[in-house]
Amino acid sequence: MSNTAISSTLQELATEMVERALRAGASDAEVSVREGDEFSTTVRMGEVETLKESGSRGIGLRVLVAGENGYRVASSSSSDLTPDGLEHLVRGAMALAQVTSEDPFAGLPEPGSFGQLDGELGLYFDDVYSLPTEERIAYAKRAEAASLAGDARLVNSDGASFDAATGRMAFANSRGFAGEYGSSYCSVVASPIAQGKDGEMQRDYWYSNARSLAKLESPEEVGRIAAERTLRMLDARRVKTQQAPVVFAPELAGGLIGAIFDAASGDAVWRGASFLAGKLGETIAVPGLTVIDDGTIPGGFGTSPFDGEGLPTRRNVLVENGVLKSYVLHSYTARKLKMQSTGNAGRGLAGNPYTASHNLFMEAGTMTPEEILRQVGTGFYVTRLMGRGVNMVTGDYSRGAAGLWIENGELAFPVQEVTVAGNLKDMLQNISAMGNDLMFRSSTSAPTLRVDGMTISGN
Amino acid sequence: MDHKQYFFEKFGVTERLLERCLGEALSAGGDYSDLYFESVTASSIGLDESIVKTASHGVSAGCGIRVLSGERTGYAYTDDLSADRLLRAARTAALIASGPAKQPVQGFTETRTPSLYPVPGAEADIDITAKLELLHRADKVARGYDSRITQVRASYADELRRILIAASDGTFASDTQPLARMSVFVLAKNDERTAQGTSGGGGRVEIDYFETEKTPEHFAREAARTALLQLGAVAAPAGEMEVVLGPGWPGVLLHEAVGHGLEADFNRKKTSAFAGLIGRSVASEKVTVVDNGTLKNRRGSLNVDDEGSATQETVLIENGILKGYMSDKLSARLMKMPHTGNGRRESYQQIPMPRMTNTYMLAGEDAPEDILRSVKRGLYAVNFGGGSVDITTGKFVFSASEAYLIEDGKVTAPVRDATLIGNGPEALKYVSMVGHDLALDEGVGTCGKDGQSVPVGVGMPTVKLDRMTVGGTGR
Repeated sequence: MSNTAISSTLQELATEMVERALRAGASDAEVSVREGDEFSTTVRMGEVETLKESGSRGIGLRVLVAGENGYRVASSSSSDLTPDGLEHLVRGAMALAQVTSEDPFAGLPEPGSFGQLDGELGLYFDDVYSLPTEERIAYAKRAEAASLAGDARLVNSDGASFDAATGRMAFANSRGFAGEYGSSYCSVVASPIAQGKDGEMQRDYWYSNARSLAKLESPEEVGRIAAERTLRMLDARRVKTQQAPVVFAPELAGGLIGAIFDAASGDAVWRGASFLAGKLGETIAVPGLTVIDDGTIPGGFGTSPFDGEGLPTRRNVLVENGVLKSYVLHSYTARKLKMQSTGNAGRGLAGNPYTASHNLFMEAGTMTPEEILRQVGTGFYVTRLMGRGVNMVTGDYSRGAAGLWIENGELAFPVQEVTVAGNLKDMLQNISAMGNDLMFRSSTSAPTLRVDGMTISGN
Repeated sequence: MDHKQYFFEKFGVTERLLERCLGEALSAGGDYSDLYFESVTASSIGLDESIVKTASHGVSAGCGIRVLSGERTGYAYTDDLSADRLLRAARTAALIASGPAKQPVQGFTETRTPSLYPVPGAEADIDITAKLELLHRADKVARGYDSRITQVRASYADELRRILIAASDGTFASDTQPLARMSVFVLAKNDERTAQGTSGGGGRVEIDYFETEKTPEHFAREAARTALLQLGAVAAPAGEMEVVLGPGWPGVLLHEAVGHGLEADFNRKKTSAFAGLIGRSVASEKVTVVDNGTLKNRRGSLNVDDEGSATQETVLIENGILKGYMSDKLSARLMKMPHTGNGRRESYQQIPMPRMTNTYMLAGEDAPEDILRSVKRGLYAVNFGGGSVDITTGKFVFSASEAYLIEDGKVTAPVRDATLIGNGPEALKYVSMVGHDLALDEGVGTCGKDGQSVPVGVGMPTVKLDRMTVGGTGR
């Protein structure tokens, strides 16, 4: 059991397994291999709560067997990398390929389309593991202490954490592509709890994440912002049901951009299961709105040298000045739509490729967030959204919300237990201001956004 | 039960090895240690455009080792079940404590397990043609339901989870847990609009369940019916109004409004809006809510929880009074409260915590027709997409995917998707009528907490809430 068949690199193992699948009768094959290590610690009220440290591996195989009317496709995955486990992996996938149907649209990407970005992409820094355990714990403790400092209303804590992780991923296919890359990640999070006059509690959080420890914001800064965000929600009330301008804070505005991406994804489009299906070349949003998905940004949280099918990642303009310029595609959905892949294949260990974004963002506008609030006069600044409540087919949008009410162009008082609702088709046309505060804090990013015409439901 | 034999035979686990690992885990002190061995095989197949486009099979196995020391938890896991890797993981987890070594209890006491679900005999591969047949049946019925149905997807996913748990307090338990689910997704189109409909269900069942209990035809018709309904839906209303929730899956209200807030860890840390409310009124006296992990074949049921303890029926709210929390070993010990067998985890890579199993409201005495007739203007919501809750403020949402206006006591136009929002410790105080038609959901629930997903069940009779906020755009 313990003698695992480890090839010298993950990429070699992937390539070797592609060969074995072909020998077992596959016409084409794709293999991905992953390994990862994680460390996490949480502290609460100044004491260590959990300490976790481990690693794991996994392999996934996808086989394609050619028939008269296309390929039969099946896949298998395993955490067992012993010779026995790998044997089962191949046999399992090949057996399943007997029961799937020939699909004329299935297949690997076109020859000549494979490749990967050269040069240093800034995805892996070994400093995420450089701290001894005691100092990692201290990071979390410092963040928590800062999140509970300076105000007697900060009475409790949902804890603070420090996490670090590294991973390696390799991918190979039977058309000669093989690639491998490593990535690293670390984060610090604080989540304080404040208590208001009537005993009602509020909790919020703030975080910093980075691929390198050196780029992580100071735990004190993270804790300070977490405290500020929590305190400003104390004694929140409801507002009357009404229509009013809604301003989405940048940490939430990304969700709207994510909805555009999902609606533009090839799978939803070829089915007609998207409010953007058939809208290519049409104006779908206000002038000035530009949405880009870019897998090539050095150090980006969504950067990788190649996508889930071995195509080089690239920069795609989805929406330019309000016009839908491109769908987001992998090879299957591209064939369905008679288009070319945009390098947006994602891949789990098992299953077919799916549509995945890289660094997805909306270009910044020119107004400061303060100017946007001033122009709004009276409205709702949303800092938290709850529930999914987004229907990609119809565009219907309805979510729980909390934030701050805007009066006389300034943040006036906290609001909770309300919903904001509209339809994405209208919302995109009703974005009347875009902030200049675009920050790449995660793989989906947007500036402060003002959306008019939404319904706020309260009491 | 022979569930443990699987680990003994396939991975060479022995009682001696278990004892050594538990001892190693307590080598730096600590109050308690446990080992969680897990082996999962999962498979799924998908029919799309009437052809089988996906079939996949996956296996994963590993062991998580936990050490408790006061309120501290040390955790390490390995996907290599060799003795040296297990011992190494035990030493990593041990580092949470700092004191003289302790000894585990000598000898194990095996937790007696009921048989709430079948244990499949051979490997599941053999019945793949039977699964495909189910999908083709669903496809045929959905397509034939109406000419406006343009897309049909159907999938069948199942898994078999084997677990073995050994703890330094002498706990020893093993179980084999099947889980199956069938799903149907359709799109309907007319000249103006496109709409989707989904349906699905299952539980800790074998494939025969889909032949005899809930058939592919049932799921196909449900998906097609709701999609067509959405084609003619009007805008959902906005604001506070009377809301009637239908029986079954709308019980997700309970899961969000009170369930999470009654998980013991949040109350131990006093981060829940329900902290300190035991013995107090948190709902109308018509409301009794239980969590019950012992229902046969249910998606949220377990013969033993993921700490090796027996599951049970736990009364959370009785006639409106908050009675108790759902606990795992750690919170029961620290809070000196009853241990309810609610310790669960997503996989061997995760630390267990208090989680729900099947959470539902007991039946009342009202006739569902009378409940609807009593509403002047409101919303009748019979199906939901899902929900979430902020346990500290108690604010929760759940999103209706099938709902209708109620006008002068009559159910009228279907409405488009809308999210409902409320405050957990208050919402159930507005329950004014409770139907006699308790139903559990069809087996679709997956609950997320701290990044861990586990299958759960919910249920409820028809219930009227005098006040709830509906997040539509209409009047």
